[in-house]
Amino acid sequence: MALPAQLKKPSSRWAQLKRELYRNRHYYILMSPYMILFFLFTVIPVVLSFLLSFFYFNMLEFPRFIGWDNYSRLFLNDDVFLIALKNTLLFAVITGPISYIACFIFAWIINELSPKIRAIMTLVFYAPSISGNVFFIWLIVFSGDSYGYLNGFLMRLGIILEPIQWLQNEDYVLTIVIIVQLWMSLGTSFLAFIAGLQNIDQTLIEAGSVDGIKNRWQELWYITLPSMRPQLMFGAVMQITQAFAVAEISIALAGFPSVNYAAHTVVTHLIDYGTIRFEMGYASAIATVLFLLMVGTNKLTQKLLRKVGE
Amino acid sequence: MFRMQRRLNRSLTVSILLFLVLGLFGAFMSLPLIYTVNNAFKPLDEIFIFPPRFFVVNPTLDNFYDLVILMGNSWVPFSRYIANTLLITIVGTAGHIIFASAAAYPLAKYRFPGSRTLFSIVVLSLMFSPHVTAVPNYMVMSWLGWIDTHASLIVPALAWSLGLFLMKQFMEQIPDAILEAAKIDGASEYRIFWQIVMPNVKPAWLTLMILQFPALWGSDGGNFIYSENLKTLNYALGQISQGGIARAGVGAAVALIIMSVPITLFVISQSSVIQTMATSGLKD
Repeated sequence: MALPAQLKKPSSRWAQLKRELYRNRHYYILMSPYMILFFLFTVIPVVLSFLLSFFYFNMLEFPRFIGWDNYSRLFLNDDVFLIALKNTLLFAVITGPISYIACFIFAWIINELSPKIRAIMTLVFYAPSISGNVFFIWLIVFSGDSYGYLNGFLMRLGIILEPIQWLQNEDYVLTIVIIVQLWMSLGTSFLAFIAGLQNIDQTLIEAGSVDGIKNRWQELWYITLPSMRPQLMFGAVMQITQAFAVAEISIALAGFPSVNYAAHTVVTHLIDYGTIRFEMGYASAIATVLFLLMVGTNKLTQKLLRKVGE
Repeated sequence: MFRMQRRLNRSLTVSILLFLVLGLFGAFMSLPLIYTVNNAFKPLDEIFIFPPRFFVVNPTLDNFYDLVILMGNSWVPFSRYIANTLLITIVGTAGHIIFASAAAYPLAKYRFPGSRTLFSIVVLSLMFSPHVTAVPNYMVMSWLGWIDTHASLIVPALAWSLGLFLMKQFMEQIPDAILEAAKIDGASEYRIFWQIVMPNVKPAWLTLMILQFPALWGSDGGNFIYSENLKTLNYALGQISQGGIARAGVGAAVALIIMSVPITLFVISQSSVIQTMATSGLKD
């Protein structure tokens, strides 16, 4: 007679879930168009590529299962990958926090301007990331002959006598890529911060000044930052993605591959194996490592952000 | 210059210092913009002058005339490229804003089975490199039979992870009281979403529009579109400007045109963000 009791429990749990699903049906309906397409075009390809990282796949033959070989090759036998990893980490540690903070500070100052000037300044700061491949101008600035703006300028001042091969020199190239990346990076999070600042309830600020907030720094810490927490989270994720995924700028400025791999990043390594050598399994393993790095950083950042305004 | 209600607790010295910093960096940021504009109006001899000049000395419209002539000679009517690009950009952007917002609203405001998991998957997907998913994406696309159709560009754009993430973060700020009041008045979830949530997050979807429009506008068909008469404006202009030294001037004009469309859109939507803020109902 114990049987019915055993059967009853899971069935009631199932019934409860069914009731719950039915009660929330409107939410699922609202989400379904997006989620169906999202799974089809994002989740499935990501999962496929993760699975592919355990295979040898050159796009011609059928994938051959090789277990962890791609990963062990990556860390034990691929010196270039280690250079790329070092560069990427260096890159992320420098450009990530700087551009995140810069995005916020500029958005915050701009928000205090009158609407017209604010619109112009927003455009000025956002333009580099909106206008496609304008970073080609940096090729002219850092051009290695005396045609280059920087060489011409320094030679006229008498600081250097001969043009410097900025982009062919291991000592400079990574720094230059970092500077240009910083210049380009006031994009998504910057806009989100501006919109977020405009969403802040002005009565909160007035109430704060009644409650004894003395200067703009206190206002920033106790009112502005906590009310913007959702945007700050958004910005952090965007900056992490950007900082770890540097490739285009490195390729455009330093060439592909760069001199002695001085500006090689994990993504350029990935492009090398994915689109030139067609070792898709290996490229997928690189992507998975990069993905895990980003997720780890993201977890850490979110922990830090929860402390804002305390 | 400063808005009245924000004048509380301000010291003038710090203000001046902050605006100096802003101005200085602003000048640095705007250099390439100014350069691109100047370059488009340079006659050919000024483009190749030594030492290179930043500003144009004798501005000319020749580059634009040449561009018009080249466009007139192209094999596929030029209006076709423009129509293709407009279709992709407008349907892609508008559809994405609606789909992403509809999905973001329940995720931002309610807890139900699967809600947290779905949102985490969206955030995680932001961190996967698109270079690797290119091949699986192609496989999915050819399985659907969408290779060489505009759907291959439009439909994936409708479910960009960034948009859902952005909208969800903004919708969290909507006070629950407004939604509850609407529910007591008998509004359905769909009506609440369309008539209360959407108008209240206008800055967010304008931001999203500003973000996605240039991405689609700059699309050249990628790996999915091969037919000449399905190609986009960006592709056509790219072909024109890749004509070597003789077309360097045309290239500069093309760069200015490609850049000016997202910027114009940005300026228009910026001003309406400001208007919305004046009448925002986002108060508890």
